[in-house]
Amino acid sequence: MERLEKRIDVYPTHRHDTFKLRPGKPFPFGATMVPGGVNFSIYSSYATSCTLVLFEKESNEPMAEIPFNESFRVGNVWSMVVFDLDCEDIEYGYRMEGPFSPETGHRFDASKILLDPYAKAIGGRDTWGQTPDWQNVFPYRGRLVFEDFDWEDDHPLELPMEELVIYEAHVRSLTKHPSSGLKHPGTFAALKEKISHLKELGINCLELMPVYEFDEFENSRRNDETGELLFNYWGYSTVGFFAPKSGFAATGRLGMQVDEFKSLVKELHKSGIEVILDVVFNHTAEGNERGPTLSFRGIDNKTYYMLTPEGYYFNFSGCGNTLNCNNPVVRNLVLDCLRYWVAEYHIDGFRFDLAAILGRDSQGAPLANPPLLETLAYDPVLGRCKLIAEAWDAGGLYQVGSFPAYGRWAEWNGKYRDDVRKFLKGEPGMVGALSQRIQGSPDLYAWNDRGAAASINFITCHDGFTLFDLFAYNEKHNEANGEKNQDGGNDNDSWNCGVEGPTNDPEIKALRLRQIKNAWTILMLSQGIPMVLMGDEMGRTQDGNNNNYCHDSELNWLDWGLLEENSELFHFCKNLVAFRKAHPVLRRSGHLSNQDLSGCGYADITWHGTRAWQADWSDSSRVLAFMLCDHHSGDDFLYVAFNSHWDALDFELPQLPEGKKWHVAVNTGVEEVHEVGREKELSQGNFLVGPRSSIVLVGR
Amino acid sequence: MNIALRTEGAIAVALLTGAIDGKSAPQVQIELSPTIESFEKIILDLSEVSYLSSAGLRLLLLLHRQATAKEGKITLIGLSEEIADTMSMTGFSNFFDIADSLEAGLKALN
Repeated sequence: MERLEKRIDVYPTHRHDTFKLRPGKPFPFGATMVPGGVNFSIYSSYATSCTLVLFEKESNEPMAEIPFNESFRVGNVWSMVVFDLDCEDIEYGYRMEGPFSPETGHRFDASKILLDPYAKAIGGRDTWGQTPDWQNVFPYRGRLVFEDFDWEDDHPLELPMEELVIYEAHVRSLTKHPSSGLKHPGTFAALKEKISHLKELGINCLELMPVYEFDEFENSRRNDETGELLFNYWGYSTVGFFAPKSGFAATGRLGMQVDEFKSLVKELHKSGIEVILDVVFNHTAEGNERGPTLSFRGIDNKTYYMLTPEGYYFNFSGCGNTLNCNNPVVRNLVLDCLRYWVAEYHIDGFRFDLAAILGRDSQGAPLANPPLLETLAYDPVLGRCKLIAEAWDAGGLYQVGSFPAYGRWAEWNGKYRDDVRKFLKGEPGMVGALSQRIQGSPDLYAWNDRGAAASINFITCHDGFTLFDLFAYNEKHNEANGEKNQDGGNDNDSWNCGVEGPTNDPEIKALRLRQIKNAWTILMLSQGIPMVLMGDEMGRTQDGNNNNYCHDSELNWLDWGLLEENSELFHFCKNLVAFRKAHPVLRRSGHLSNQDLSGCGYADITWHGTRAWQADWSDSSRVLAFMLCDHHSGDDFLYVAFNSHWDALDFELPQLPEGKKWHVAVNTGVEEVHEVGREKELSQGNFLVGPRSSIVLVGR
Repeated sequence: MNIALRTEGAIAVALLTGAIDGKSAPQVQIELSPTIESFEKIILDLSEVSYLSSAGLRLLLLLHRQATAKEGKITLIGLSEEIADTMSMTGFSNFFDIADSLEAGLKALN
């Protein structure tokens, strides 16, 4: 049978000036290429009329304003097809007519040209750091994208959660430093060139700080003292949820950021590395009532934002406004967005910034059964991707251990960070807490039938000190942020090891290195999902700044020269990651029972101190040792001892079954590294663990 | 956009001059389709292409697919550094045979 060449709906039915039109389809929202034209569809409950505004790319004046015919509206959705557009060369936005009455929640302003919340690519900030034209009538411009990327056989990797080792990084920071030696530093393309490093370290999941289109110039300002231009560098303030940041793409000025990012994801997958996106659904870049009207505010303020009874913005995000996530329309926006990233970009998972907000109702009250979180957990398209919550918000809601999980959600475990830091610096009274953190925090998760994989274990992340700084500074040093060191947290649980900041004292330097190694050891030997911060494998410093959000400078950029300078540390770290991979007993999905359920003579985890079988749980104790025995997996016995005491201590080792011997895998007290499978056999039954040192032994 | 066609033995060589973008892509496709139908081996010389847009890249991939569908082969030559970079960064270069020169292209196809 011959294929019909044409369909009847490729013919226009209406005209506006020279533009040929047809009533559109309400779904999908956004601008979609259809045969012969583009289907534009946008929602607003309260707008009285809507006009499509078309620009030639980068032009200051619109080329056309096409009002939606009233007959093109279905319910609260305007949609129409415009034929014969040069999809590559147009930018689009909307004008909405409607009431301006903040006291009733409405802030329509027909003088503004509004960005489509569903825009798949956004022009206006094409090249990072290029000073914007502040007079532009349409600063962030919707663009059309080709959705025909050839993925070949690529697919999200669907690694079991408990197998992950997460590496948190910022796209620009990873390669912008001149030492990266790359042609297009700071871009998706450059990141592709550093995949080999990630592979060598052994991580299998890259968590990217925001890559949705944001404006680095949002609230940009000069530091009065240094003159440095300060940016919205990290990007935790979204302009468009469906668009990758153009300024992160070397091809962004050509409008090819979509292809460049997809190509990066594809290459990461080829190397066995998953991609998790840090998504910021708690607020938008429009700020409060004094902020600009860019998109949501002018389209349907009352629907998209949480408003006080007087019509002001609730500020649970600390950023001026709060997205009204549990409104059914907004919930669908979030769902559509995540589905899009999974289906179209093959993204493996999401980390939700200030996710506690996603569980609040339209008045801000925490919900027992938040529809958004439940919807995401049960969604078919998201059915196998990772969902990770930052389970707190700026409004004081702290849900670590109690975040509504629906069997799906994992959490950034803030308690892990706090407790491990305290133990490492030698605070007394931390041994009991540490034992919980090492086990995947059953005290937080077991009550709710959540396994160890619910816990994303981390000691450092983008917020706060780097691992190097954690042991080089007692206090934050945020003067460069231009807020007189008032910003950033004060409870860092850090310890400078004797001198604040840089030093040439060899003993202090050795102690700092040992502490970093101790931190890596605890992290990689804990049940749950380890997450490391970019550069912590090579001793990256932020000069004691614990709130680095605004610096497009070496304060954020990773200095690749550190890799050679701190090669001992890197070698140590990658060996430790390999060790974790080699031992399934460290990657259990459920919790340890502390019992001998298999009848092999040993409980799955047993606790020890300087005397075998006698852990010291007292308040003054600064040591903890444990032994793992997994009879079912056939894995080796593992013995781990952490000594946070300032003296070396002799640890009596637990007896192994007949024929097995202890072998040294890790000893942070010495420089020597034993590669996996080539651990050094021990002849004695005890081990002198150096001051503030850790050991890991393998029994086989 | 101008396309100059010639043959080198059984190989068609098309020299493209100008920008390949959304505006010129349909013309390039129409003009090159007969060549793809009648030649198994084709060289596209991009040395005079001033600009290759997203739609232009897609056109190249489309031609490549048309050729491979009838077991033909397309080799690209004359890529400027910028075009080569763009193709590499967006993942398009993975799909093409790219040669450094006409001679190398002819050799590869022969």
